[in-house]
Amino acid sequence: MADRSTQRLMLLIIAAVFAFLYLPISVLFALSFNEGGLPTAWTGFSVKWYGELLANNDILQAAFNTLIVAVASTIVATLLGTLLAIGVEIRRRNGRFLETIIFAPMIIPDIVLAIALLSFFSMLDVRMGLHTIIVSHVVFNLAFVCSVVRARLKTFDWSIVEASADLGATTVTTLRRIVIPVLTPAVVAGALLAFTLSVDEFIIAFFTAGAGRESITLPMQIFAMIRFGVTPEINALSTIVMTISVIALALSQRLNRGGIPGQ
Amino acid sequence: MTGIIRRLSIALAAGLCAIATSAQAEDLVVSNWDGYMAPDAIEKFNEQSGNTAELVLHATNEEIMGKLIASKGKGYDVVFVSSPFAEVLHNLGLAEELDHSKLPNMSNLYEQAMMLEHDKGNTFSVPYAWGTTGLCYRSDLVEGEPDSWMDLLQPSEALMKKTTMLATDRWLLGAGQLAKGYSVNETDDAKMAEVKDLLIAAKKTLLAYDDTTFYSKLVSGEASLVHAWDGWCNYGIGENADIKYVVPKEGSDLWVDTMVIMKSSEHKDAAYAFVDYILGAETHRWAAENILYKVPNKAAMDGLDASLIESFPNMGMKPEQLMSYEQLRDVGEAQRAYARIVSEIKASN
Amino acid sequence: MADRRPIYLMSPALAWLTAFMVVPCLLILVLGFFRRGIYGGIEYTFTLENMALVFDPLYAGIFLKSAVIAGLAASIAVVIGYAAAYAIASMPARRQPILLFFAVLPFWSNYLVRTYAWIVLLNREGLIVALARYLGFEGELPSMLYTESAVVVGLVYNYLPFVILACYAPLSRLNTEIVEASRDLGASGWTTFRRITLPMTVPGIATGFVFVFVLSIGNFVTPALLGGGQFQMIGNLVYAQFLTANDWPFGAALSMVLIAIMMGLLTLQTFATERASGARRVEG
Repeated sequence: MADRSTQRLMLLIIAAVFAFLYLPISVLFALSFNEGGLPTAWTGFSVKWYGELLANNDILQAAFNTLIVAVASTIVATLLGTLLAIGVEIRRRNGRFLETIIFAPMIIPDIVLAIALLSFFSMLDVRMGLHTIIVSHVVFNLAFVCSVVRARLKTFDWSIVEASADLGATTVTTLRRIVIPVLTPAVVAGALLAFTLSVDEFIIAFFTAGAGRESITLPMQIFAMIRFGVTPEINALSTIVMTISVIALALSQRLNRGGIPGQ
Repeated sequence: MTGIIRRLSIALAAGLCAIATSAQAEDLVVSNWDGYMAPDAIEKFNEQSGNTAELVLHATNEEIMGKLIASKGKGYDVVFVSSPFAEVLHNLGLAEELDHSKLPNMSNLYEQAMMLEHDKGNTFSVPYAWGTTGLCYRSDLVEGEPDSWMDLLQPSEALMKKTTMLATDRWLLGAGQLAKGYSVNETDDAKMAEVKDLLIAAKKTLLAYDDTTFYSKLVSGEASLVHAWDGWCNYGIGENADIKYVVPKEGSDLWVDTMVIMKSSEHKDAAYAFVDYILGAETHRWAAENILYKVPNKAAMDGLDASLIESFPNMGMKPEQLMSYEQLRDVGEAQRAYARIVSEIKASN
Repeated sequence: MADRRPIYLMSPALAWLTAFMVVPCLLILVLGFFRRGIYGGIEYTFTLENMALVFDPLYAGIFLKSAVIAGLAASIAVVIGYAAAYAIASMPARRQPILLFFAVLPFWSNYLVRTYAWIVLLNREGLIVALARYLGFEGELPSMLYTESAVVVGLVYNYLPFVILACYAPLSRLNTEIVEASRDLGASGWTTFRRITLPMTVPGIATGFVFVFVLSIGNFVTPALLGGGQFQMIGNLVYAQFLTANDWPFGAALSMVLIAIMMGLLTLQTFATERASGARRVEG
């Protein structure tokens, strides 16, 4: 489609943006192998921090909890957020009140949502734990998913749906054959966004977690450790997380060859 | 389609109800700052007492306070907070009135540690560590020996953009209050306006506000003189012997970190047993020797290694000297004015 | 009948938001009309004092300043993010998900970890300065860390992937369909971009901008670490009221006004989006 120079420009843009994105990542990658552990001086290559990490049950447990929270809240939020976006865009004319409710989770300061949810849960005598973090993360995640999907639907021609209905297709058929193919890239983008937000969220998780160890997430653990700066174990963990993610992607590509979602 | 959604909603509601009614956890929950007690303290306590305690971490006083206030303390049994915050917990009715007969090791404490201003007689809080706030500096990079708060607030040309100040409001204001010779709990508007002006002028000379990693800025040489708590300065001294700590001649505040048992605790006996265990001479000495904070425990401090005091001179500070400094108190209504002044300082250019 | 379908689609999400956002937040926000007790509790006497205090020049100034920083970060992120999303969407279809994946991957590490990596890069004794010295640069380099620019860089960096995702959604299916038609009709690449691609992707751009803006204005970690605590965002201010000053009523009042202002901005954004993309929508 595009001519050669455009193609080259596109590759250049991708290379430049990825260089920016991976610049600090390369630093933490290097630090995770720095024997002395201090960011100020390179004292030699060592994998000892990986050993320390594997011996640190608190961090590993927290990482596992984070994964559970992020996956669960992403699944629920993607489902609810996508349905919400479709409904809102079919209606077209939505009251200010409805728009406010849908947009609010993104702008309410997280400390307010955090304290509000904690007060609310404790008023209802709800037992707190990972599940309350998941429930709370869904609140803002579904709003972000909904926004991304709506951005796609704004330019979608709904008359096709009506035509489909006029031609006798059922709602389910119309959704499956017309709406879903158009939406898939946006839904995938929304889910990635939700997952990324959830993995990193600290304040709401801290407040809606139970009091015990069983619901500590990684950001909570890392924020608590801040007085010692970022320890090399955490750099090692980040490196491992990214490496595992890349391996998982490679495997799924292999399994999925020819059938990549959305294409 | 609608049928599916309806069924899903019912399942969801049922699930939430199930979660809501399941039983509370049975463990004793202790919340502390990271690395503020022996890594195996909990394990040893559990072995000795047959309890099942677990440790959770909080990053700051503010965060754990927000959580305790919003949830009325539910789920927590023992929390470590600084003294003004312990006072707030008491004033809000969240702290347990202590039964001293359940804390025999309380007798290990210095007599001064039983007469702290925020809680005379330790009726709702037990001091865990105490110390001063002062100047921590690289003696190889700073000329002469700084001995005044003004060395920080109006630094020499050579120290421009090489100093940091604590960002937490009470200590940030404290530097100005002490420099002016006022109380660290001063509430007079005119005096506080002077403090504000002094701190706004000081801001222009700073590298940054920092209350977590200031000592590593000293180690790397990014900063030469920082506003610091003595214990954290000791971390820096441990990495670079050129780093020194001084209490300015105008004085310091006496900060006290305390243990509070929550009134809502469902494991009160275990909570008392835990606090008493921490007050044991051996356990408490571990804290002094390894986290390099002074502890208000005579039995623990008397057994302290002399070489430790040599390397970290402020560890040798006596209770009488500490008691000559004023403690931070909850200033009640004036807390609003404090918050506003801090906002004004941070918003200034 | 046609109107009933959307309600069923929307109801699970709206029920969730009502139960876990509207009700809990109203319980807190209503405190904005009460008084702070002496010890930081709530005194239940009605007052408009907190509301009035929000409009004090001090807080208005902080709001403006953080809006400028957030706006700057959002604009830069949108330019870079849009270019990246466009470039990704122009790649062969099977490569696109992989590129998107690698764009978000760095953000599955931790926010603090990435921020510290920036500190290691930017500080006065840091890697960039060391590199400059190694290359023969002499003399004092201007301080890069603890400045407004460092805060903006940190915000752009952390929220860039969200812009890429938001812009990618509407760009993903565009190129092949209409763009080729436009080209076949003889339009130049630039004209096609300006007349077809850009208008159709305005919703994505607006969404991306809003993401960065709202996340930045509420952020308090980046200003504290990369700005050396010398800049306050609205996030810091609200956080300080709730946690440091223990003044929930004033925190609630600030939040209410913040939400109201943002809703106003959103109305403007919706309006702009509708105008830009309205032409391609079928009425009815």
